[in-house]
Amino acid sequence: MELFFQQLTNGLAIGGIYALIALGYTMVYGVMKLINFAHGDLFTIGAYLGLTLLTSLGLSNYLGPVTGVLVLVVMIMVLVGIVGVLLERVAYRPLRQADRLSAVVSALGASIFFANALMLIYGARFRVYPHNILPKVSVNIMGLDIPLIRILMLVASLVLMAALYFFVQKTKTGTAIRAAAIDQGAAKLMGIDVNKIISIVFFIGPALGGAAGVMVGMYYGQINFTMGWVYGLKAFIAAVLGGIGNIPGAMLGGLLLGVIEALGAAYISIAWKDAIAFFVLIVILIVRPTGILGERVADKV
Amino acid sequence: MNKQIIINSIVIVLLALCPLFLNTYWVDVINNIGLYAILALSLNFILGHTGLFHMGHAAFYAIGAYTTAILNTMYHVPIIFLMPLSGILAALFALVVAKPIIHLRGDYLLIVTIGIVEIVRIALINNIFGITGGSNGIFGISRPNLFGFIIRRPQEFYYYIWIFLGISVFLFHRLENSRFGRALNFIKEDEVAAEGSGIDTAYYKLIAFVLGAFWAGMVGNIYAAKMTIISPESFSFWESVILFTIVILGGAGSIRGVILGAFLIIGLPELFRQFASARMLVFGAAMVVMMIFRPQGILPPLPRKYALDKINYGDKTL
Repeated sequence: MELFFQQLTNGLAIGGIYALIALGYTMVYGVMKLINFAHGDLFTIGAYLGLTLLTSLGLSNYLGPVTGVLVLVVMIMVLVGIVGVLLERVAYRPLRQADRLSAVVSALGASIFFANALMLIYGARFRVYPHNILPKVSVNIMGLDIPLIRILMLVASLVLMAALYFFVQKTKTGTAIRAAAIDQGAAKLMGIDVNKIISIVFFIGPALGGAAGVMVGMYYGQINFTMGWVYGLKAFIAAVLGGIGNIPGAMLGGLLLGVIEALGAAYISIAWKDAIAFFVLIVILIVRPTGILGERVADKV
Repeated sequence: MNKQIIINSIVIVLLALCPLFLNTYWVDVINNIGLYAILALSLNFILGHTGLFHMGHAAFYAIGAYTTAILNTMYHVPIIFLMPLSGILAALFALVVAKPIIHLRGDYLLIVTIGIVEIVRIALINNIFGITGGSNGIFGISRPNLFGFIIRRPQEFYYYIWIFLGISVFLFHRLENSRFGRALNFIKEDEVAAEGSGIDTAYYKLIAFVLGAFWAGMVGNIYAAKMTIISPESFSFWESVILFTIVILGGAGSIRGVILGAFLIIGLPELFRQFASARMLVFGAAMVVMMIFRPQGILPPLPRKYALDKINYGDKTL
């Protein structure tokens, strides 16, 4: 039973990461109907920028560990968000009227570009995160030792997700985003600047992905320029699992996928861990193509 | 028309002579281009012609290659007999996996096919049924034996591959212009209308999928015999992405475009091998730029001309 709870907390921590990345996929898909294959690489950019800022600025030395990490995450979010906006401007905006497949190839090209740019800048080998950023403390909950970082990760993910949810549901800009997701043409007629909305979406999604990148760096301690692919695909599965285009769905899907994967790794086989995620995807698409929280959409061509 | 025949003949003669004045390295590069061209043609039938977003083609290619490798190394079945068998097993696998998912549309199909290719790769790495050799793969595959002539050198493989490519071009061209092919094209253009005019779209899409997989399985056979060693790395998701890119960049639905795409995507990076580290960066950027300036691909399909000129509409002949 202890293994079960250990894996459950582990799964929830990783699930929070998947959910953060999945939010970027789901928002972009909701508004533009495009799978942003470069999204996983924006996550990797976040991880690498985090490493650079950690080692060069030494924030935690004069801000204390927790504030230091918080400031770092905010800086990463802004930087990766800007990269996301630029990506949309350069690689996706000119293709908005073109065939769907061209946009997919453009996204794949952007992904290759980012991954290789990171490789040229940082080298092809695994890079190690400083291990003393956060104190290595465990919290005892009901006789179970849970590393503090797991709890912090889950809490940070949940806070970011909740902030996004309130932003989208309660603010005027959020309403405009939802309007553009339903019908861009009609939104334009209502006086919404759709280009601006898409830029905002491409800022928020990558920003959350970048935050996830830093967290993964701190959690696992090492990062690689190719890791964006796996996390990107997993997060996309999470988005589909919850119902793509649906923000609470992405949160739920991410957490659920993390837990399924962690339990699967413990009770089935760790070697098949990645296959389990894809298996879940295939099953959900056969059984309930709209995802858990997704609504039936009449025209999903 | 005559001009077209002259150009085609010149191209064919040049291709036939090409191994005589190129060194072994470049012949091997052209062999790879040929292999990718055949694979991309089989994907083009599914993706470009029928309009199914399929990004898991490497899975069928892998099934074909592993069928050949396992039966050849364990039971010493000659490579040449394994070619149709590899195709059939890949097709059967495609039938089983595609049946429940073929009704999915657009991006949903795309993501499921990615899942399939990843599951296949993980299964191969995990040495499923104890026959795939895990991450080391399988080695010691024998060479194709054509009536006593063993194909061994790259120059010999060149003719083997390019003749197979020629056959593929011919067959896919005939298939596209057949009644069946036109039905598929109709499904691509407007699925609802196709369904409405009595085409069993699910059945047609499934058959297109299975045919493409069959052909990819046969290419797997050629690949296994060419390399004599195969491992799961050769059939990753990345391989599927390359094939997908060849089809879209060359021109989805266009046979000439797909072959040109194979030349560009497989051949060009070889030319820039001395800039090894930066070439993939440029490659990624080039994909984006290409799509922005020519989203329909380099050589999109020509407008189709069907024999409708004899239809009489009252006093007006269309």
